[in-house]
Amino acid sequence: MPPVNIRILLPPHLRALAHIKGELHVEVAGTPTVRSVLDALEAAYPMLTGTIRDHVTQQRRPFLRFFACEEDLSHESPDTPLPEAVVSGKEPLLILGAIAGG
Amino acid sequence: MSKVRVLVGTRKGAFILTSDGKREKWDVSGPHFAGWEIYHMKGSPANPNRIYASQTSGWFGQIIQRSDDGGKTWIQPGTPPGEPTTGPGGMPKGESNKFVYDTSAETGAPLTTHQWYDGTQHPWEFKRVWHIEPSLAEPDVVYAGVEDAAIFRSKDGGKSWQELSALRGHGTGPKWQPGAGGMCLHTLILDPGNVKRIYIAISAAGAFRTEDGGKTWKPVNQGLYSQHIPNPAAEVGHCVHHIAMNPKRPNVLFMQKHWDVMRSDDAGDNWKEISGNLPTDFGFVIDVHAHEPETIYVVPIKSDGEHYVHEGKLRVYRSRSGGNEWEALTKGLPQSHCYVNVLRDAMAVDSLDKCGVYFGTTGGQVYCSADAGDNWAPIVRDLPAVLSVEVQTLA
Repeated sequence: MPPVNIRILLPPHLRALAHIKGELHVEVAGTPTVRSVLDALEAAYPMLTGTIRDHVTQQRRPFLRFFACEEDLSHESPDTPLPEAVVSGKEPLLILGAIAGG
Repeated sequence: MSKVRVLVGTRKGAFILTSDGKREKWDVSGPHFAGWEIYHMKGSPANPNRIYASQTSGWFGQIIQRSDDGGKTWIQPGTPPGEPTTGPGGMPKGESNKFVYDTSAETGAPLTTHQWYDGTQHPWEFKRVWHIEPSLAEPDVVYAGVEDAAIFRSKDGGKSWQELSALRGHGTGPKWQPGAGGMCLHTLILDPGNVKRIYIAISAAGAFRTEDGGKTWKPVNQGLYSQHIPNPAAEVGHCVHHIAMNPKRPNVLFMQKHWDVMRSDDAGDNWKEISGNLPTDFGFVIDVHAHEPETIYVVPIKSDGEHYVHEGKLRVYRSRSGGNEWEALTKGLPQSHCYVNVLRDAMAVDSLDKCGVYFGTTGGQVYCSADAGDNWAPIVRDLPAVLSVEVQTLA
């Protein structure tokens, strides 16, 4: 399977940290999953390492959620293949912060 | 002409306030890292243009920032913008944000548990950096006090961090417990006369001292008395809020405990109470005059429940006798309808003559006194809640 480009939308604070505006794209080899997309994201933007998943356990940080195609992927296995619409580039993978606090 | 640079960490970003030696007119820059909690910023005494900042978030975790130009520009030390994003081996950078408890057989200590609020045991979990303390002599060496309580050190300018695990592995950890803000190592003092001596304080475990650069630690809480713990005179378990030292007299320490203001004249081995005539001896900040080592400052806070200033009046109390006799300093400070708090790292002194005293409030004001506390004026009034204040005196 040739590498595919995955669209990602980050929360505003992480876009600021990575010095990017709007959506970003990462190239993923093999079957795109949340894990492989985050691996590619952290390789391209190492300042994001540890901000989405724990440095050591690789667990999703509790106040962050993963969505795509109006579905919550947060509690899926990180190795579950992403929806076809994300793989094809029709839809982005959304990384959202929980709406809480002031 | 001397200058001062005041580093202010707030709930929603960092601010840098600069003035000349008169300390009357101020330039304000910021917010830096807008929207993030900045628990602490501190400059290197060996290179004042190097400033370290702890940027943190309940959502996104811990970020370490560093400036090498006095706060004009910032980098994450492991990932400078414009440089390759991976190291020579292809491994991603970003190590500067990585605080991992050392559990290795060679240098580490097992990851144990501490007491939780309900008295059960709870695993140690890293949450954030509360306090950054740069080495007095080496700009690339810097210490970090973290929650859950532990001490880390970087020898490469903040690019990577290693735990000094003997503190966490001291053996009393299961008796440590979180205060309202978490189980944080919030005070970290380097002895200017002895590079191997470090003092730290943890809420709520108490004060500890190392004489060998962090290989071994001794609780130094003799004389503390805390009625809210089962054994009020226990070796550990005290909610120490802050400790201050005048660098010219490093054996003398002053402590604001949850309740009680204390002093030690023997490097923490023994403490005695100096609350004297304070209207309440609860508080968070304490600091020492730069040139008069018996002149100390506190801000009494109404507690246990309220955590705002006593009687709606913002008053700094000064003792010129090393404690016990205190005078209220009120000129320029609000004396009615004031209900702010002053958090533990939110007071600092400069080393100009006359000594400047600074503090920030949870109401977003940062006050300066350019005459050792006699008169006060706000530098800024409407920042986000202030978490920390440090000051650099620049030649």
